[in-house]
Amino acid sequence: MNLNIEIKDEGKKTIVQLSGEIDVYTAPSLRDKLIPLTEEAGHTIKIDLENISYLDSTGLGVFINAYKSSKQHNSIIEIIHVKDRVLRLFQVTGLHEIMNVVPK
Amino acid sequence: MTQFDFIEMKIPAKPAYVGVVRLTISGIASRMGFSYEAIEDLKIALSEAVTNVVTHAYEKEDRGEVRIGFGVYEDKIEMMVADQGESFNFEDVKNRIGPMNQINEMKPVTQMREGGFGLYLINALMDKVEINNEYGVVVLMTKFLDETGVEIDDKVQTTK
Repeated sequence: MNLNIEIKDEGKKTIVQLSGEIDVYTAPSLRDKLIPLTEEAGHTIKIDLENISYLDSTGLGVFINAYKSSKQHNSIIEIIHVKDRVLRLFQVTGLHEIMNVVPK
Repeated sequence: MTQFDFIEMKIPAKPAYVGVVRLTISGIASRMGFSYEAIEDLKIALSEAVTNVVTHAYEKEDRGEVRIGFGVYEDKIEMMVADQGESFNFEDVKNRIGPMNQINEMKPVTQMREGGFGLYLINALMDKVEINNEYGVVVLMTKFLDETGVEIDDKVQTTK
């Protein structure tokens, strides 16, 4: 019931590899690591959800905040390797139309 | 009166315990024969309801407890979440509960509050959602075992 956050810096691109569960308990640590990454202009942040086994509105909230921050600071956020179950939450909430969500 | 089993648990209103509640519903729903997809829906809906209590408890000095009740029927499960520590009179609360009308309308992303999705998701994933505000806040969520026509999409068993 934890979240593991691995950040790989590749110059102008950063890959954030997440594994585990994103809920009210783990979301704050994700927010703390994600938001600073979005504050660099021209930066691309790829958030890899391949190994996420659980996500709810608290996780979506973190992604919305990160998205807003990226718009503000001219960086780009992509959410990649999104499995059916998780993709469904983006679709139900309409977020897939606003954010760059790439299905697995 | 329809026969059902009732399971009740009480957790501290702290973020760390929301995952424990998910494990519990996962076990109960699996025992009842819900599909993998439906179990995921139940986990999310229940987490959202418990998270609401936990988040609001954060603003108070005495964080208190969250009480969760599961009504296990032949054909459905009822999940009840209350932000008061006192034990439910399940039937009593149910009799005084009303349908939930005011679901958060979707707003443009710029106006969206973090966490504003919780009730929206609960309503999207459950078959019936009711709220009672008489003694604290009680949310009652129902999901039927027979899923026909209630799934948002029909990607059943595509995920292994």
